[in-house]
Amino acid sequence: MRIIISNSSPDPIYEQVARQVKAQIISGELREGEALPSIRRLAQDLQISVITTKRAYEELEKEGFIDTVEGKGSFVAMQNKELLREKKMKLVEEKMAEAVDEARLLGITRAELDEMLALLYGEKS
Amino acid sequence: MDQAIEIKKLRKEYRGFALDNVTFDVPQGFIMGLIGPNGAGKTTIIKLVMNLIRRDGGEVRVFGLDNLRCEPEVKSRVGFVYDIPRFPEDLRLRTIASAISAFYDKWNDNRFRDLLDDFRLAPSQVFKKLSHGMKMKFSLAVALAHDADLILMDEPTAGLDPVFRFELLTKLRALIQDERKTVLFSSHITSDLERVADFITFIHKGRIIFSAAKDEILETWGVVRTAADGLRPQDVPGARGSRRTEHSLEVLTSDLAAAKGRLGDRTVCDKASLEDIMFFISKGNAHA
Repeated sequence: MRIIISNSSPDPIYEQVARQVKAQIISGELREGEALPSIRRLAQDLQISVITTKRAYEELEKEGFIDTVEGKGSFVAMQNKELLREKKMKLVEEKMAEAVDEARLLGITRAELDEMLALLYGEKS
Repeated sequence: MDQAIEIKKLRKEYRGFALDNVTFDVPQGFIMGLIGPNGAGKTTIIKLVMNLIRRDGGEVRVFGLDNLRCEPEVKSRVGFVYDIPRFPEDLRLRTIASAISAFYDKWNDNRFRDLLDDFRLAPSQVFKKLSHGMKMKFSLAVALAHDADLILMDEPTAGLDPVFRFELLTKLRALIQDERKTVLFSSHITSDLERVADFITFIHKGRIIFSAAKDEILETWGVVRTAADGLRPQDVPGARGSRRTEHSLEVLTSDLAAAKGRLGDRTVCDKASLEDIMFFISKGNAHA
């Protein structure tokens, strides 16, 4: 697990931790069932409060990214449908961003783009 | 959450100073920082927990045990590090250690030697020849060698350079890898606490201003800044202190979100550091 904390970021530290773990789960860098470091271990490594780390893990657990087993630790959760959907949505978003960038370069207007999208969406469904 | 220390309505009066019904808990398994300006009552609280001075009222429990009635047991489980370590000046470290070890059932000599190694101290060194930082480390090594469940320290980082301080703080973090261990230390060096503490208790003029999780404090407290005209401190939601200069007004708030909501468009609203909080409450014009 790779986590980098920025002290100058306006985001709370627990959020920075949770976001980075989430990204690594979505990208597949952290695999299903893989053990995460213990809360106290991670807090020590990152030089942050135990409570901060605990809150990050709680957040991840609430969103279904990790499971915590009393006495055993925390693990990357078996990926559920929502999670997969979120993963795929992100992929679509990236591709759309690419298309928008390309369109801007070519001077294609928003209206033209909408039209294109409507056409494509209509044809495929 | 189990509490390592429970302090209820603790009172102590000196001429010109009173610890006034102080109540707070230190949760087991965490590091709590006790902050406040000099003379706020930090040392008095720690001395009362250790029963080094007589209290005028209230109650202190350590691991659920009354600190007066169960004093021997309480003391055997506490490692106390003074702001200025006091040991026989002319003795070697190993001689001091063997004398102290007699008082503790759980003294672990191997652990003690490992700690000295860690801190780059030699058992043959004479105490008075150590620098202040080395004395501090020796004192901590003694506390850790008898496997104390609670480490109590009074201004352990005062007068130490950043490298020493970092080393000490790292040791404390490592200690609470074991969730039965607890640390309470006082400091006026707020950056040390911002780095390492899980909870912060702020005391000022013998009263507790707050005792809460550090993250919670750093997320809810803020400083609102504005050009001098047009805004009064009392217009800022949650105002706790202010400072006016010729060109600007700064207001400390304990409710940054509300302040931002009401005044965000015409002021600058930043998070407050522990230092900001300490400064505004002790030096600025404090608001109730």
